[in-house]
Amino acid sequence: MMFLLTIDWAFFLEKLILIAIVITLSLVIAMYATYAERKIAAFMQDRIGPNRAGPFGILQPLADGMKLFFKEEIIPNHSNRFLFIMGPALAMLTAMMTCAVIPWGNKVELFGRSIPLQIADINIGILYIFAVVSLGVYGIMIGGWASNNKFSLLAAMRGASQVISYELAMGISLIALLMLTGSLSLKTIVEQQMQAGHFWNIAYQPLGFLIFFICAMAECNRAPFDLPEAENELNMGYHQEYSSMKLGFYLFAEYINMFISSAVIVTLFFGGYDMPFVNETLLTPNMAALVGVIAFFAKIFIFIFIFMWIRWTLPRFRYDQLMNLGWKGLILLALANMLITAAIILYRM
Amino acid sequence: MEALTKNVMEVDRRPMNFWEKIYLPAILKGMTITFRHMFKKKPTVQYPEKTRYFSPVFRGMHILNRDEEGRERCTACGLCAVACPAEAITMEAAERKPDEAHLYREEKYAARYEINMLRCIFCGLCEEACPKDAIYLSQTVTPADYARKNFIYTKNDLLIPDPVKDPEGFAKAKGIHQ
Repeated sequence: MMFLLTIDWAFFLEKLILIAIVITLSLVIAMYATYAERKIAAFMQDRIGPNRAGPFGILQPLADGMKLFFKEEIIPNHSNRFLFIMGPALAMLTAMMTCAVIPWGNKVELFGRSIPLQIADINIGILYIFAVVSLGVYGIMIGGWASNNKFSLLAAMRGASQVISYELAMGISLIALLMLTGSLSLKTIVEQQMQAGHFWNIAYQPLGFLIFFICAMAECNRAPFDLPEAENELNMGYHQEYSSMKLGFYLFAEYINMFISSAVIVTLFFGGYDMPFVNETLLTPNMAALVGVIAFFAKIFIFIFIFMWIRWTLPRFRYDQLMNLGWKGLILLALANMLITAAIILYRM
Repeated sequence: MEALTKNVMEVDRRPMNFWEKIYLPAILKGMTITFRHMFKKKPTVQYPEKTRYFSPVFRGMHILNRDEEGRERCTACGLCAVACPAEAITMEAAERKPDEAHLYREEKYAARYEINMLRCIFCGLCEEACPKDAIYLSQTVTPADYARKNFIYTKNDLLIPDPVKDPEGFAKAKGIHQ
């Protein structure tokens, strides 16, 4: 029984509560991202958008979710039942897993304990994110494969090749950033950007940011890179055979992915929970944490808006254009960016 | 070849320069356009609460008019049916009984008056032909229905509410036409 006493139960509890909060928060944000998406789409097209369910249509996501729950659940006879169910589950799982290493804010002081607002500050945070994000394509692949339908399979193939192509450029653009920071821990990267006299990483890596941003959009399967679910070419792509909440999971995972990749972009390039023009060290720790969380979420929401803004502006890429951009454009640019950064770092040493 | 109109524009087929090739300036331009649209006035009419304004010359569903004492004006002369290019109007005349003087204005009246709304083209020629001011095209849109036979409107559907018994309904049905 001794080992039970050695476990820090308060630590255990505090992490459990933090996990619950983060998961709930990302689900709620993803839910309202669907509402925001429809509203922004409507506004950009001179429409009003959903406005009937509740004031300003604020209950629309609930109505949509409820509708999905009550829909008939169809599993096609010719599909592989196990994989068919695993597809959306995996998509959702990988979308949710990424938020474990993101630093949502600095420490808060509660009940005499100093609680960091990060589930796990592992020293290979970025590597972990990359590992999980590249697992995300399995959700698409398995869903497309298990449906046993040529359109779904085609879409899944597109999704897989797209993610592979863009992950490369994304990784290389990140290497340049990591050469500057010298750390893979997201917490350390944010703290570096918060130091006095140090700007956000966007100032040092504008090209790297651009490449990373474009690749993140491709990884999220967002327009203009939404080839895997091209509604009008592939009949909704890999989730064509899905119905009810399994379809909902796929759609939902996309919004969670968008939220998480916005969080990653903000953490890496825009100072994470750093409120600009405010010196956090002068505030009490709890106040500083609150300001930090607010700043972090404000930046995330701005990025989610930009994601949507781009989606409702640009048409979809053709498949060859997508591959050309990935292999002939972004990878070369990322390589050049990496080499130049390395040369400058060497020169300044 | 000589162009047929002045609205001919030469297509620019020059190879793209550097800024056009990287697409980003064009994308930013597109994004400013979509951003500007977010703040434009929306043309949406919130339908069940608000209805769109109809022009005063709008020709909608027909009404059979009554005079100020509530008597039907129609004398079943048949001029509207003759004028109708779609042959949508059918009527049967009947002679007024002495005790029906409060119902019908003239000695002859329409016992049956039907308009086939699927035939009607809403030209308004019946309105022009009528010597007794009995038929008008109102500001109301003909409602949708499930069966064809329901589109043959009888006197029940067409007659305007009685101005003596139901002045409000009368005014509403009359609209801003007169």
